[in-house]
Amino acid sequence: MSTVARHWAPPPLIANWRLRYAIYGALALYLAFALTTIDVNWARISEGLVRSGRLLAGFLQPDFASRWGDIVTGLLESITMTITSTAVGILISIPFGLGAARNIAPLPIYAFCRAFIAVSRSMQEVIIAILLVVLFGFGPFAGFLTLTFATIGFLAKLLAEDIEDIDPAPLEAIRATGAGWWQVLAYAVLPQVAPRLIGLSMYRVDINFRESAVVGIVGAGGIGATLNTAMDRYEFDSAAAILLVIIGIVLACEYASGFIRAKVQ
Amino acid sequence: MPVQSTADGTKIWRRRTSRAEWLHFLGWASLVLIVAVAWRVMTQDTIWAFVSDAPRQAGDIASRMLPPRWSYLGALWKPLWDTLNMATLGTLLAFVRPVALLIIVASRSINAIIWALVLVTILGQGVLAGIFAIALRSIGFIAKLLYEAIEEISTEPVEAIRATGASPPQVLAWGVWPQITPAFAGICVFRWDINIREATVLGLVGAGGIGLNLESSMNVLAWPQVTLILIVILVTVVISEWISARIRHAII
Amino acid sequence: MLVIETLTKRYATGDLAIDKVSLSIPSGQVVGLIGPSGAGKSSLIRCVNRLVEPSEGRVRLGNTDLTALSRSGLSQARRRMGMIFQEYALVDRLTVMENVLSGRLGYVGFWRSFLRRFPQADIDRAFAVLDRVGLTEHVDKRADALSGGQRQRVGIARAVVQEPDLLLVDEPTASLDPKTSRQIMRLIVEVCAERQLAAIVNIHDVALAQMFVQRIVGLRRGKVVFDGAPDRLTPAVLTEIYGEEDWAATIRKADEADGADADVPASELALAL
Repeated sequence: MSTVARHWAPPPLIANWRLRYAIYGALALYLAFALTTIDVNWARISEGLVRSGRLLAGFLQPDFASRWGDIVTGLLESITMTITSTAVGILISIPFGLGAARNIAPLPIYAFCRAFIAVSRSMQEVIIAILLVVLFGFGPFAGFLTLTFATIGFLAKLLAEDIEDIDPAPLEAIRATGAGWWQVLAYAVLPQVAPRLIGLSMYRVDINFRESAVVGIVGAGGIGATLNTAMDRYEFDSAAAILLVIIGIVLACEYASGFIRAKVQ
Repeated sequence: MPVQSTADGTKIWRRRTSRAEWLHFLGWASLVLIVAVAWRVMTQDTIWAFVSDAPRQAGDIASRMLPPRWSYLGALWKPLWDTLNMATLGTLLAFVRPVALLIIVASRSINAIIWALVLVTILGQGVLAGIFAIALRSIGFIAKLLYEAIEEISTEPVEAIRATGASPPQVLAWGVWPQITPAFAGICVFRWDINIREATVLGLVGAGGIGLNLESSMNVLAWPQVTLILIVILVTVVISEWISARIRHAII
Repeated sequence: MLVIETLTKRYATGDLAIDKVSLSIPSGQVVGLIGPSGAGKSSLIRCVNRLVEPSEGRVRLGNTDLTALSRSGLSQARRRMGMIFQEYALVDRLTVMENVLSGRLGYVGFWRSFLRRFPQADIDRAFAVLDRVGLTEHVDKRADALSGGQRQRVGIARAVVQEPDLLLVDEPTASLDPKTSRQIMRLIVEVCAERQLAAIVNIHDVALAQMFVQRIVGLRRGKVVFDGAPDRLTPAVLTEIYGEEDWAATIRKADEADGADADVPASELALAL
């Protein structure tokens, strides 16, 4: 029996102590530098706090009436953009998702689809929206194309991953009966991936609506444009009204999608 | 659901009952109808001449965008640094103090750039607005995923800790927290990666970072500069994605 | 019916899974294929319907050279070969009826099969087969709601509804308990006798093989080392196939009692499951 107290401390996250201190040191240094780059203009902020007070007041008494026409137009554009881009996006995602699944697609098609998906995912929607507005003109059509492109990148990737995870045994069995390639897809692949695909599509409706509010800022249609105008004119009560509408619809979409996903699973 | 019934002696089989078949068909028909209506409403003001003109436009723009103006790179380092800071500090801020339910709810519904739009009006243009915009958006995202992670932990270790007579905060610290740490770290890194992407465009509404350069370049139609900025953004995003994937891989 | 000529399979890793195997199986004969893991049993079965491509050699089903067929020819030929799997390989989310009907996919066009509008003749076949394997009450249940023995019977039904000339059976009882295993083996053998089907059955349980099949082929390291009647399986032969072991305990002895279910037809037993 030892009378010397034995020291114990929980094992550190990174074992090698030199590496650990190096990383912590680098992080601390970075934070210090980063914080110095923030240019805090206190005068501007105090001015801003007054404005934020007015904004919050706007939330308590949101003005739906005076800009109602603009709100409706913007909302209609956002909703129609969401519906069409999600629908078309799903349709196009399916072949891309199939093509990007290693276990059912031949190599050249696999490579092409994966590359397309990677490009679609690395570009920010706003940037794509800007380019498409330049190409196709202002309005919701450019927004529709933007959202469709983003939807494809999102759904096709997740669909491909799901297909790669399926149980291969039914795949083999259906092929062994002499079924054609499409029949194998319909009977062995589709039943296994359909529930998740439906769930993801519902989730994407939600995301697309939120994005539809954003692309309006650069002229691609939707309620973002209305919001931008309201903020520019310091019409905080209208802006608050718009924000509340956005929040309301997104929550409604989430609720509906949760409901549908539960029924499908 | 499916049915096997006998019609004059022969056994037939249908995948669904007639009623279910009808409902199924109606469901699809209404979906198609909704999409068609939405399409018509959406494109009622679309000038199709512009659309068919697009390929020519694309060629025109492409010729003006290339070659990228590499010399502009020197001017981009500071804005890029700003963008990185917005994303990182915003992410840090987000998980330090998740506050009222209202913010979380609003946060999930409102994108970073919309937050930025609002905050620029309040806080003025600059990186500060961007940091808060990123932070506010991230709060909802992290909260939602964290909640799902907490739901999935096993209750046995928590019960075991409670059985030793630990106080509720201790139960949280010893029973809950160790189980969700990998998920939590993974979520934060994941959000940081997304934030880099979002931070690049916040400058479009005045919230600092490389988006400001993008905005000003486009305003003066300096397309080769725009191309360079897009390249820089792409490279940054790819690098941050790689970092985030490596870290998450090491954690899980 | 089935003629395998000097079949060889060499995998990309360099493994020689099948080494110049030649085999000939007439209609109505059930052959049990035994051998240690890695002996090439699974590969051999899959080379017949070309789920695995043979490296050399030929396989003939009746008058058709399977190894020379194009993709579409192969699909058509596969209709004549029913396959039964160790882990059943059913589509879990589909019903029993849909799983059985999927055996007719080679005969039905894409849209008809996608909309589940199979011809009445196929539906009649499906009902008849489900009756034979004793699953009539389970027609509308999801496949993952059944027990192991029931699932394997759906697998058998799916293979039989193709009205094949040959059954390829890959370890049908490996995941089943001893009693269910015997019922499944009995069902397979009886169905083959009723429809004059040739069959190759991969099986690791030597005693079970001896009980039910008419001819046993032993494979070791890709080569045929035994081909004959089950009662000629002596401990010496088994040592040659598997290696040194206490084979006396494994082989079914002639006077071994089988239990009460020895002579009860599988269809009656099915109701008890």
